[in-house]
Amino acid sequence: MGEKLRITLGAVSRPLESLKIKTGDWGAEYPVVIEENCKACGDCVVYCPDLCIELVETGEVDEKGRKKKVAKVNYDYCKGCGTCSVVCRHDAIKMEIKEIYKG
Amino acid sequence: MSENMRLFGSGHGACPGCGLPIAVKSVLEATGPCFVANSTGCLEIISSQYGKSAWGVPYIHSVFENAAAVAAGIEAALKALGRKDEGPVVVFAGDGATADIGIGCLSGMFDRGHDVLYVCLDNEAYQNTGNQQSGLTPPGSSTTTTPAGKVLPGKVKAKKDMPAIALAHKARYVATASVAFPRDITRKVKRALEFEGPKYIQIHSVCVTGWGIDGKQAIPVARLAVETALYPLIEFEDGQLVRVRKIKDRKPVEEYLKPQRRFRHLFKHPKGKEVIAELQRVADENAKKFGLDA
Amino acid sequence: MMKVVRGFYAVAYSVKLCRPDVICAYPITPQSEIVENIAQMYANGELGNCEYITAESEFGAASILVGASAAGARTYTATCSQGLILMSEVLWNAAGMRLPIVLTIANRSLSAPLSIWNDHQDSMAMRDAGIIQMYVENNQEVHDMMPQAFKIAENHKVLLPMMVCMDGYKLTHAYEPVDLLSQELVDEFLPPYDPPVKMTTKEPYTFGSYATPASYMEFRVAVYNAMERARKVIEDVYKEWAEISGRDWGGNIVAENCEDADVCVMAMGSLVGLVREVVKELRDEGKKVGFIKIRTFRPFPADEIAKAVDNAEKVIVFERSLSMGSDAPVTLDVKSAIHKKAIDVYSPVVGLGGRDVPQNLVKSIIEEVMENKVEPGTYFRGLKDYEEVIV
Ligand code: SF4
Ligand code: SF4
Repeated sequence: MGEKLRITLGAVSRPLESLKIKTGDWGAEYPVVIEENCKACGDCVVYCPDLCIELVETGEVDEKGRKKKVAKVNYDYCKGCGTCSVVCRHDAIKMEIKEIYKG
Repeated sequence: MSENMRLFGSGHGACPGCGLPIAVKSVLEATGPCFVANSTGCLEIISSQYGKSAWGVPYIHSVFENAAAVAAGIEAALKALGRKDEGPVVVFAGDGATADIGIGCLSGMFDRGHDVLYVCLDNEAYQNTGNQQSGLTPPGSSTTTTPAGKVLPGKVKAKKDMPAIALAHKARYVATASVAFPRDITRKVKRALEFEGPKYIQIHSVCVTGWGIDGKQAIPVARLAVETALYPLIEFEDGQLVRVRKIKDRKPVEEYLKPQRRFRHLFKHPKGKEVIAELQRVADENAKKFGLDA
Repeated sequence: MMKVVRGFYAVAYSVKLCRPDVICAYPITPQSEIVENIAQMYANGELGNCEYITAESEFGAASILVGASAAGARTYTATCSQGLILMSEVLWNAAGMRLPIVLTIANRSLSAPLSIWNDHQDSMAMRDAGIIQMYVENNQEVHDMMPQAFKIAENHKVLLPMMVCMDGYKLTHAYEPVDLLSQELVDEFLPPYDPPVKMTTKEPYTFGSYATPASYMEFRVAVYNAMERARKVIEDVYKEWAEISGRDWGGNIVAENCEDADVCVMAMGSLVGLVREVVKELRDEGKKVGFIKIRTFRPFPADEIAKAVDNAEKVIVFERSLSMGSDAPVTLDVKSAIHKKAIDVYSPVVGLGGRDVPQNLVKSIIEEVMENKVEPGTYFRGLKDYEEVIV
């Protein structure tokens, strides 16, 4: 006997269950952040349609003593659309072809 | 998890480069926790499959043409139950759901003055079902129900002027926005929420498949719609035009049309020149009417 | 408090006592006076915190109530005829979403041709939507039914929309003495709506998800099963009402004199009074006739009916609607309920579009069956001889 299918009243769904769908394998390309170029402007964060870029602290501090941040991609969800690389005004994101699509 | 992701999450099913999630997260950035009523359509399909919801806010989808009414009902219930402080009520509806099949419910919601923010996600056709034309499809666009043929150059009629229709209903705040400028969307939503009553924001949202562009072109193409004045970014408060996005060195409409498969035929079709001239005339008129040229 | 009131007021007053949170409607003849009376109560500040909304259409009205109900409100509307079928897309949706919206239907025919007069074609068109349907025989019954409808629909074992059907004009506009309920009694009987799940920013659930073939079927069967569970809930609520109000309207059906009857006659709605009277008359003449009032139509009380007609040879179902291409709707259900028994089913269709159904017609219909002057099946009575021409 298989497990019982759990259905809810009127097909009500729980919040944010999409997070279990890892869309990271969708694209042929993936973005690489060139950390030394990144100005932590947050543009890529605002544009990424898959909500998978965050600004994270590098652990370093800048000249003014502020904690340095850089863009960091969550590859679990990145669909490789390239939007982040297009909107970045500081040439800090480069798209690369995934190994399996090479050749 | 970022703050953004608590209201709308990764793992949704939008095509790579889709504009809709950019629009949605930019709106939610301004609203915070809110009530969402969504029409049937692209956004609904990519975000509300049973057991895979991408929503972190209370969300409801009923049918295609009634999101404005459903939102009105939520607002009425929150009022009656003394729960209005839980958050604003927001509609996300596509262009077809807004300008075609759902315009009756939208008109009713405006007319009765519900405290609802209505966001039309305008990707200019029924994209979820494969690019069928809607009232907001621009002229010259080749869709599956207005295909370019030997005689016809794609859609013939003009794009319906929904902001004017919203204004005619005396919606308190009416604006257009674009996924090319997400921070502008957030600012406009914040402003809209300062008004009690019905508010309408129409967001130009790229559809990579329907428009026939690559994911990487999504934002540049959306930007070109604004920079050619084909999609003027305008803002009305209580009927008065209060702000516009100025354009430096307005570009000819061809620059916007060329990269998109839906317009490609215009450059070789016997009626193509005529249609392009008409689109240029629309852009010129927009620039003049709203004072877009910087 | 006994008062002579019109049907629409009996409904409006009872709805008010149920303390709905959101009422939304669009006027349509002959339902209009129901919502007009509610609008007056709202204008007078008599509805408490209730929001009363006039929608831009019945479609909008039903949609507004979907939002309101999902947000946790007790919701009510009234409609009929074109209005009801305009609502139908949303009502199917509401049933699937398990939203206990309560409706009064002022039964009216469907177009074309346009007719504002009474029959049951409108509510019958909603037969398969997942909406509980019950039919009243008079204005006291509809007055009593409104609190019961909320209690049934909102029961956690059920959570389905419910329609209380009353015949347009025949009941909505009739003056009848009605013992008006007190607020205390209704408050004692009907607790506030306690939705098991609702739209709130505190627990941000997604309502109206779509289902793939992997689960769609289970969701639809769950609606079917909720309707099955409603049978018992309805019986219990009807009983509780009889105790608390002192008026016992019976269960899903009311069977009278059926035990020894050769012929059982069934009717729904305002025709009940007349048919019951004729059956009584025939009884007094020594004829073995029984009568069944069908109160609940969905879920269909098949077992009750099968039991009630157990000793009968013939069954007559007075039909107030049609199913083009098949037997009329109530007949189909009756036939299915008694399919194992050797009972002939007669389906006289009467009174479409407000056509008068006089007492002597009812009597002759029953008598011709008893005297074997008519074949079993669907036929029309009170119909004029007609000839169809192009123009
Ligand atoms: S847009 Fe470029 S510079 Fe800005 S945060 Fe992203 S990667 Fe860094
Ligand atoms: S490639 Fe697309 S999905 Fe991936 S991080 Fe960049 S914008 Fe997001």
